Amino acid sequence: MNRRFSRFNLVSVALGLAFLYLPIVVLVIYSFNDSRLVAVWGGWSLRWYVALVDDRAMQEAALNSLGIALASASLATVLGTLAALALTRLGRFRGRLPFAAMLYAPLVMPEVITGLALLLLFVAVGLERGFLTITIAHTTLTLCFVAVVVQSRLVDFDRTLEEAAADLGCPPVKTFLTVTLPGIAPAIAAGFLLAVSLSLDDLVIASFTTGPGATTLPIRIYSEVRLGVKPEINAVCTIFIAVIAVIVIAASLATRRSTTNDAGTPAA
Amino acid sequence: MRRAFVPPDNTPPAVRFEAVTRRFGDHVAVDALSLDIHEGEFFALLGPSGCGKTTLLRMLAGFETPDAGRIFLGGDDIGAVPPHRRPVNMMFQSYALFPHLTVAGNVAFGLKQERRPKAEIAERVAAMLKLVRLEGMERRKPHQLSGGQRQRVALARALAKHPRVLLLDEPLAALDKKLREETQFELMELQARLGTTFVIVTHDQEEAMTVAHRIGVMANGRLVQVGPPPEIYEEPRSRWVAAFVGDVNLIEGTVVAIDDGRIEIADAAGRRFVGFAQPGTIPAPGTRVAFAVRPEKFSVTTSAAALEPDALEPGTREPGTLEPGTLEPGTRAQSASEKRSRAVNRFTGHVADIGYLGDVSVYKVRLSDGTVFKAAVTNATRRAAPPIAWDDPVTLSFPPDAAVVLTE
Repeated sequence: MNRRFSRFNLVSVALGLAFLYLPIVVLVIYSFNDSRLVAVWGGWSLRWYVALVDDRAMQEAALNSLGIALASASLATVLGTLAALALTRLGRFRGRLPFAAMLYAPLVMPEVITGLALLLLFVAVGLERGFLTITIAHTTLTLCFVAVVVQSRLVDFDRTLEEAAADLGCPPVKTFLTVTLPGIAPAIAAGFLLAVSLSLDDLVIASFTTGPGATTLPIRIYSEVRLGVKPEINAVCTIFIAVIAVIVIAASLATRRSTTNDAGTPAA
Repeated sequence: MRRAFVPPDNTPPAVRFEAVTRRFGDHVAVDALSLDIHEGEFFALLGPSGCGKTTLLRMLAGFETPDAGRIFLGGDDIGAVPPHRRPVNMMFQSYALFPHLTVAGNVAFGLKQERRPKAEIAERVAAMLKLVRLEGMERRKPHQLSGGQRQRVALARALAKHPRVLLLDEPLAALDKKLREETQFELMELQARLGTTFVIVTHDQEEAMTVAHRIGVMANGRLVQVGPPPEIYEEPRSRWVAAFVGDVNLIEGTVVAIDDGRIEIADAAGRRFVGFAQPGTIPAPGTRVAFAVRPEKFSVTTSAAALEPDALEPGTREPGTLEPGTLEPGTRAQSASEKRSRAVNRFTGHVADIGYLGDVSVYKVRLSDGTVFKAAVTNATRRAAPPIAWDDPVTLSFPPDAAVVLTE
């Protein structure tokens, strides 16, 4: 392969990056705009970040989002890991294929449909909409992502390690906890972080299942924007982007560690 | 090779397989196999891949359950005992070291399951690491070790619990040739010192012959021959064993004459061969048999030298000290028995191919009808004189007692 950047390569890379990141760069730059008008540049300033300190509603929405993200991601990680274990470890049990298909269906299901279905369910069972319903809804959404991530790790996991543990006198449950779990922990962590960022992100399902007092950050931002874009929103979004970026980088580092720190691979 | 092993009297065998069968779908991996392995013995299961040797080992460890038959460990039926309660330990082909634990953590793993006191565990770990010469490596992680070091950690871990039987599944397959040979001798020495029963699975016949007291040769889920290494090599019971263990020339023919134990056969080209059959296994005239002759049992002489009868005469060595395989045409010493049999098992041909291995050279000699014999000659001197080259006419011969008469 030609390792030098040809002119063609440079142009395509520049175009790709521009499409992906130009809008975000503009947003970030304008969050430091001194002007009250969104589209007019008035010099550098941190005033909109300062203004956020007094915006109680926005802070409350951020805290709601964070709480829902952590709760739903924790629940989804436990359930998703169990589902992945069932799919990889129970062999060819009856209904394995339908189970796998049903587990992955939400990955491609339009969020509007998932949101609507959940809303109908909550109304039917008479569940008060709010923090709890969004958490349940987000668990539904993120569970399958966790399952996919953990399953791919489990498939690669060297089962002779478990046999070795058993051979050395370790009973099955303890083997799972002391040998299997440390082996797949990076994937579980990555799945958890993925679930957190998906939950923080979600607007559609949250707006179907939300209730009074449980406004999430995306809902809050969206409703503010409908009344006209205030420069303050740019600042919120910039912070939001930073948080998500940190999570995504952490997740990818976790998966990378899990692949390089493998058993038995390269000799020193 | 090992010193002769004398099984202890009056003790039940360390391991007994009793008509054990294991199927995978339609495939019978182990087929009604019975075998006793003695206490303190180093036993090798040798066979090509897919012969069922690893399945047999895994049934002993408890990872596979026999479909039929029983397995005894020191006289106790262990059929219902799960792997984590069996007093055997296994060294895995991939070593299966726990990547998240240190060397010391790996070796201590089995001892911790027994909830032994901390001081005792530490002491035992230190002793084990000393045994495999890995002192000072306690805090390393497996990925920081070389292949040979990892192999030692796996061995130390498997031995730490003082198992009744140590199972070794192709333990040296991942090592390079030099290290593998060294480690074979270390394994033998270790086994002799500890007195633990070792069962090794290998597809490498040299490895099996080097380390084991007895070898069980497996094919298609059955044991085809069990015996000490020299017996397996010099007295194979079938064409298959003769061909699988070592190199061999199989001469197919029909029995034409029997004189006591002396058998004469004729091959398809009408050539006559003479060999001795074991008493009690003498085939009837007309039976189709094979003579198995190992390449190193042949002697090769350049035809020019062989044609001078005087050069072959001087009998400077004692009778019985046959040295087939050394190439010293012209000065070659002849024993009395060889002189008598010189007229038999003697053919001329041309060198079709030469495999030079350093210590030995393997000559493929093509006879006039196209039959090819392999003969191995030790390169005892730095330069063979006269040297044998491609297309040279040569004479091959082997003493009648070098041929194994095979009916199976």
